[in-house]
Amino acid sequence: MAVDTLRGLLEQAFPSGNVDVIDRTGGGDHFHVTVVSGRFAGLGLVDQHRLVYDALAEPLADGTIHELRISTRSDT
Amino acid sequence: MSELKDRIQKVIDDEPVALFMKGTPGFVMCGNSQRALEALRSVGAPVTAVDILPDPRIRQELADVSGWPTIPQVFIGGELVGGADIAEELVASGELREKLETALGSDYATGRENVVDVLATSEV
Repeated sequence: MAVDTLRGLLEQAFPSGNVDVIDRTGGGDHFHVTVVSGRFAGLGLVDQHRLVYDALAEPLADGTIHELRISTRSDT
Repeated sequence: MSELKDRIQKVIDDEPVALFMKGTPGFVMCGNSQRALEALRSVGAPVTAVDILPDPRIRQELADVSGWPTIPQVFIGGELVGGADIAEELVASGELREKLETALGSDYATGRENVVDVLATSEV
């Protein structure tokens, strides 16, 4: 799966946020996503990561994402 | 609830620190499971590990219980702490140590590691 597809899903879920997607191995299935968004304000890390998982539910479920690292931060 | 789900829930509820992982602490089968284990070890946490690899139902039932889609999963005092990324962040910020002290007391750091088989029918 292309980095752009993941970025698109995340930008859709976090429209005013700042999204970065890195293909860690170049193989198109190990990713590190960083999301900075106001949607995370007041949420614990577990709930912040849940929002990212929700946005990427499809590629996670169908196995296109083999390994995912997540970094989240609120920008407010 | 299925018996398997009951046993998974029991590990989460009863064990001070539960780590659902790929492999065991003695033979880790995945980089993220290794990272979560190392994060827990770095603060001396007692770890009760459950290997999710022997049966795909373990992972399915666990996801049902926790609502968390990926492995590893760390629980402290029955509460989902997160996966490897969060475990590492909480070590860096000092919050993992705080969580452990709050949940288990200031003398929590035994570093004890054991493995529970949730497929076994005996008591966990």
